[in-house]
Amino acid sequence: MPGEPAVAAPSDAVVRVRGLHYGFGSRKIFDGVDLEAARGRVTAVMGPSGTGKTTLLRLITGQVAPATGSVEVFGQEVTTLDTAGVYALRKRMGMLFQNGALLTDLSVVDKLSNQVRAHARLPERVLRQLVLTKLHAVGLRGAAELMPGELSGGMARRVALARAIVMDPDLLIYDEPFVGLDPVSMGVIVRLIRELNDALGITSIVVSHDVRELASIAHHSYLLSGGKVVAHGTPAELDASPLPIVRQFMSGQSDGPVPFHYPAADYHADLLGGGTERPRS
Amino acid sequence: MIGDTLSRIGRVGLFLVRVLRHAGVVFTEPRAVVHQIYNAGARSLVIIMLCGLFVGMVLGLQGYDLLQRFGSEDALGVAAALGLLKELGPVVTALLFAGRAGTSLTSEIGLMRATDQLTAMEIMAVDPLRKVVAPRLIGGIIAMPLLVAVFNVIGLFGAQLIGVQVMGVDPGAFWSQMQGAVELDDVNEGIVKSFCFGVACSLVAVYEGYHAQPTAAGVGLATTRTVVISSVLTLLIDYILTAAFLGR
Repeated sequence: MPGEPAVAAPSDAVVRVRGLHYGFGSRKIFDGVDLEAARGRVTAVMGPSGTGKTTLLRLITGQVAPATGSVEVFGQEVTTLDTAGVYALRKRMGMLFQNGALLTDLSVVDKLSNQVRAHARLPERVLRQLVLTKLHAVGLRGAAELMPGELSGGMARRVALARAIVMDPDLLIYDEPFVGLDPVSMGVIVRLIRELNDALGITSIVVSHDVRELASIAHHSYLLSGGKVVAHGTPAELDASPLPIVRQFMSGQSDGPVPFHYPAADYHADLLGGGTERPRS
Repeated sequence: MIGDTLSRIGRVGLFLVRVLRHAGVVFTEPRAVVHQIYNAGARSLVIIMLCGLFVGMVLGLQGYDLLQRFGSEDALGVAAALGLLKELGPVVTALLFAGRAGTSLTSEIGLMRATDQLTAMEIMAVDPLRKVVAPRLIGGIIAMPLLVAVFNVIGLFGAQLIGVQVMGVDPGAFWSQMQGAVELDDVNEGIVKSFCFGVACSLVAVYEGYHAQPTAAGVGLATTRTVVISSVLTLLIDYILTAAFLGR
């Protein structure tokens, strides 16, 4: 959004990542990442496949620890928390998984009810009212008694969203929420992300590579590539960026700074039988 | 090799301690535990009863063949009862449990891991050890002795069917000798064994499922490991317990 600061003021940041380094074995995933998610805003994290977007969410939620760097959520350093501390922190979070991650042996209403029962003791009547309210918010009150096998992909995603908000979290994290959805379902999810964010006053982090959908709902976007934040700003600012990698990503070009070909030996040498050695990227 | 094995045993032991910290689910969520007793126990009943019948029938045939060589065929009831109560009942039930309920537990938990269901619980501050693993472990431990009891009863019926109805052993001698010779210690031995097998088989099943690689191949491998490790453990524990009960 034009006119807004590119990075949130320190007191406004619900999530603050500083100097993040992380890798698997010798492979570097993050090489000094800094980003922030401002309170009450939708922050988008974009990037080509394999740049570690989902890994970033795993670091924010305390599932894995960084090699070096700081991950601060609600003002607490996640890396220094013990298991109980991480669980206490997670009680303030909700997360929508790429595949929904719904328990397969429970009806829709039971899934949400179980989530509440795990944290609070409520009379059954109140619990049902609460669950129906959340299902109504995602447009699925009428599907309360359905089993997972009876839900379409889009409905399953919305049930997962209802489950994520059932405990009224302060931070809602979306991992590739648009993957595999038809245009109508995608439109519904896009609308719900922004509406829930604004109506409930929560902070949202959306990881995706669906540029257009993110542009319509995000207040601030980060573009990750090669283990670093290569650009960040409002969707309009990213759209106007002259950086080649930003241009390639925003316009969906198949070749550019992110090459079409995986690094390989010389094509002719390879075809003639001499190039089977592993290339240096 | 030995170091790896010891470290693995250590990890399984720690896992058991972590799960048993949530043993209170028996009281706080009895429905979940009962549901798992139904899954591991009631759903294994048909195979347990069928195998119990056949094992009993074989015991009747072999026992009769052996005992009649010494003119002691009237002792068939004692032989069948002791064989089933002390050895065959617990061991065969545990092996069947590993193949039916154990694989089911492993693949279910492994698939929950592969489809992020367990991760989703963790992220929403619900400990999957309490919600998923503990009810299944406790349900399996409770189900095993019950299945052994059913196996023994059906096995005795099978032995009686062949020994008395087919081979012509006197029914009075069959039952009265059994009643006179089988002692409470024999029954207790079977109960202790079935409990230990229940802990071992259920623990292996939930451990392998919980730590399965989140892929189709990973879940398949974990399921195979459950059967192999449970079977070997059952026979190993059986030998140790038998030696202990016999005081050797």
